[in-house]
Amino acid sequence: MSKFKKRKKGIPAVNTAALPDIVFMLLFFFMVTTTMRETSLQIEAPSLPSATEVKKLEHKSLVSTIYIGKAKDTKYGVGYNKIQLNDKIASADQVPAFIINARTKVAENEIPFMTTSIKADKQSSVGTIIDIRLKLRDVNALKVSYSTNTGSDIK
Amino acid sequence: MARRETPEINAGSMADIAFLLLIFFLVTTTMNVDSGISKKLSEKPPADYVPPVIKEKNIFEVNINRNNELLVEGERMDVKQLKEAAVKFIDNGGGDGKLVDGVSTGPCDYCEGEKSIASSDHPNKAIISVQSDRGTDYGTYIIVQNELLSAYTELRNKLSQKRHGKSYTQLEKEYKDNKTNTKLKEEVEAIKSAYPQIISDAEPTSAN
Repeated sequence: MSKFKKRKKGIPAVNTAALPDIVFMLLFFFMVTTTMRETSLQIEAPSLPSATEVKKLEHKSLVSTIYIGKAKDTKYGVGYNKIQLNDKIASADQVPAFIINARTKVAENEIPFMTTSIKADKQSSVGTIIDIRLKLRDVNALKVSYSTNTGSDIK
Repeated sequence: MARRETPEINAGSMADIAFLLLIFFLVTTTMNVDSGISKKLSEKPPADYVPPVIKEKNIFEVNINRNNELLVEGERMDVKQLKEAAVKFIDNGGGDGKLVDGVSTGPCDYCEGEKSIASSDHPNKAIISVQSDRGTDYGTYIIVQNELLSAYTELRNKLSQKRHGKSYTQLEKEYKDNKTNTKLKEEVEAIKSAYPQIISDAEPTSAN
């Protein structure tokens, strides 16, 4: 019986020596895949339309993003046609200034490759998009990408 | 002097530090890659610009009204049929192509359409004009654009399959992986110019 008594002498602690290794592995994974959020959204996260003929946007530094959707703060009014540039709700008239400002951040020979990504909610109206497009044309920012999810919206 | 053993560094808090960093990156991470339908806007026309006269039969007119309904070539249509109609129009090949450096590109020898005289002459002359209302939903607008683009993709894939035995999507991918290959580049360019994407956005119908 004395043999059994000996075994009761406490369960050995779980070896956690490998824990830092596991955590570091996860850490490196997220460090590599991470991209920092540059702007905080002033509009509700737009529910993007879906499309199948999509192209990936490369060279993140050459992309400037315009958000269109419903403002979080009701003081800007309701409706899905609010435009956000940088951190502020703005109007279409401020788009040229936004683009010119974005251009100062990249090398001159890269300016023709700059793309404007329009992230608009499904329920926004085309009129808003057209207003922005006309302004973009005024400043010769001709490459536009309508941001979408991949998939099909046709029921 | 006798060498003394250096005491082992306590690594017990290592996990804590790593966890802290991990949580930080977990919170700030966004995995999604931005992708979308890319378009090139036309340049701003000069003030005295006179638009060229284009034959009615070379224009494929798509109208979207403010209730998100489609009117294609004067007839109501469901979105599901749009792609097929667009393919039929682009691939018709009823006449001669446009002039390149003063020389006509001749009739379309790769088109498989009906060669009807009432529809487009040549894929490089076929223009798709999308007119939407200001009140149209952006979602519908994108669906229409997507359907039209997929019509072009279908035609390009078909032609590439016929010429090279693989789809255009695959051909383009191969070229992207191997940018220095001039033969691949020529093949891609040839198919691209065989079915150039000419989708124009007409001025919207105005509404409040």
